Amino acid sequence: MTETTSASPSTRKGTADAQSELAIEASGLAKAFGETRAVNGVDLAVPVGSVYGFLGPNGAGKTTTIRMLATLLRPDEGTARVLGHDVVREADAVRSRVSLTGQFASVDEDLTGQENLVLVARLLGFSRAQARARARELLEAFGLAESAGRQAKLYSGGMRRRLDVAASIIVTPELIFLDEPTTGLDPRSCNQVWGIVRGLVAQGTTVLLTTQYLDEADQLADRIAVIDRGVVIAEGTNGELKAMVGSGSLGVRLRDPGQRPEAERTLSRSLDMPVHLESDPALLSARSADPERVAHALAELSRSGVALAGFALGQPSLDEVFLALTGHPTQGDPQTDEEDAP
Amino acid sequence: MTTTPAPTPRQADGGTLAPVLSTRPRPPRPGPFSVSLTFAWRSMLKIKHVPEQLGDVILIPVIFTVMFTYLFGGALAGSTGAYLQFLLPGTLVMTVALLTMYTGVGLNIDITKGVSDRFRSLPIWRPAPIVGALIGDVVRYLLASALVVGLGVAMGFRPSGGVVGVAAAEALILAFSFALSWIWTLVGLVVRTPNSVMVGGLVLLFPLTLASNVFVDPRTMPDWLQVFIRVNPITHLVTAVRGLMQGTAAAGQIGWVLLASVALVAVFAPLTMRRYRNAT
Repeated sequence: MTETTSASPSTRKGTADAQSELAIEASGLAKAFGETRAVNGVDLAVPVGSVYGFLGPNGAGKTTTIRMLATLLRPDEGTARVLGHDVVREADAVRSRVSLTGQFASVDEDLTGQENLVLVARLLGFSRAQARARARELLEAFGLAESAGRQAKLYSGGMRRRLDVAASIIVTPELIFLDEPTTGLDPRSCNQVWGIVRGLVAQGTTVLLTTQYLDEADQLADRIAVIDRGVVIAEGTNGELKAMVGSGSLGVRLRDPGQRPEAERTLSRSLDMPVHLESDPALLSARSADPERVAHALAELSRSGVALAGFALGQPSLDEVFLALTGHPTQGDPQTDEEDAP
Repeated sequence: MTTTPAPTPRQADGGTLAPVLSTRPRPPRPGPFSVSLTFAWRSMLKIKHVPEQLGDVILIPVIFTVMFTYLFGGALAGSTGAYLQFLLPGTLVMTVALLTMYTGVGLNIDITKGVSDRFRSLPIWRPAPIVGALIGDVVRYLLASALVVGLGVAMGFRPSGGVVGVAAAEALILAFSFALSWIWTLVGLVVRTPNSVMVGGLVLLFPLTLASNVFVDPRTMPDWLQVFIRVNPITHLVTAVRGLMQGTAAAGQIGWVLLASVALVAVFAPLTMRRYRNAT
């Protein structure tokens, strides 16, 4: 009944001796829930020691993929090896090397922060005293010492997320899965989580993180896979991906939203490309690689009497990446719709 | 989104995270028993932090004990005192039987909240979270039982089996309830919300506890109902518990309950574990 496939001691520290330098290699991973094929043939090759970003909108299959790699879900098709171990046949060996930080902070809300960490430490084999000491260390390092004795349900989103990450690094994992680590966090908490991720990488841990935000993937990841409808539609370094999409985009804010139709006509004519109307009624955006053209278009705008409140050239938004890669916009989850122009 | 007024903790930044990352080898992996006890400890903490979770289910049998004794006791058994001797073992069984469904509720909450993902991604004995919760539940059953028996004694319950008889009866109740809980762990894994576990639990447990010999001798009931009552495991448990408390238990009665307990575990534990392994 129990899976007692114990890790052979010789491979405990030995990812380097493995046939490859890949922390994760997956081929043809697929998982269906009823009629929905949540993941439909995903191939992955994640080098040891890197940060790999999994970018896609809600429902693209990111979480399902992570859950299969973390041995929580059994794939319907395909195979995956994590740190050299098959996720199905050697699930236990995988579990003893990786940590998972789920999309919804997986802490016990009824317990205090301190108790949460002691619980996981005890489950990992720490003695009572060791567990308490380790919990204290981590609470301190994550700025939670003062709230250590409060129930986790009273924590803010950022605190809960930090507690969750702390629970994931009680023993330093060789690989950590972070499923949307910053979704719903305020900017300061985001920065803290990013700092933690960088710290982990500096120590040699491989990171696989999922995100809905291009910016986040850009900040953290060495390589990015863009996933949509259960399939990886693009893969590469940040630079490669951006080159694929176009170098950036132009965002224009109007003083009077009533002038937007006029502005749209002028912009699309002078840029010679479609202009995207953002959900903010005063905002338009367009992908444009060419600063000359942008300058010209802006001049055209003011000549035609459109009053500008501001404009910016910046990174393409996730929406634009999707549009460029798939020809269809990200599917309407209100959360992703809020993605603003740069 | 929540922002805390507290000053930004700078410690968590990449540069200073290094010292907190453990470079020691991970401790030896704890055994199945040890991790199960850790999960039982978690249940204890929950009782400490959320004691009100016990409230409603204990309230029902307490109300029944008080109400039935004083309302119907005289009519049913000649005097309230005499009826209480009959009733209390029944309401005790009812209390613990109703509590068993909270095992399923707890498991379902763990899954919907995501904690169960953390547990399932740890290199531990897989059934440990469930087994540990069940061990923790036994402590809850003990607390609730002590309350009901204490109330009974205060009202005039005087079991002739004495302390030993009551302890033996309690042990039998615990054994059966541990087994019964496995039904709820399965239900907790199958249904979507903690609330539906409760609904399912009450739909099954109320007929089981009411259509039994908890409140009255079923001899006056219609035949079709008696058929059900005779196969109802709660009936057998109540009979055995009464016997033990009064010092008149027959080995056959106790054996039947133990057999039913083993059968429950044999059927529902593997089903639960299969479901748990493939939980989504």
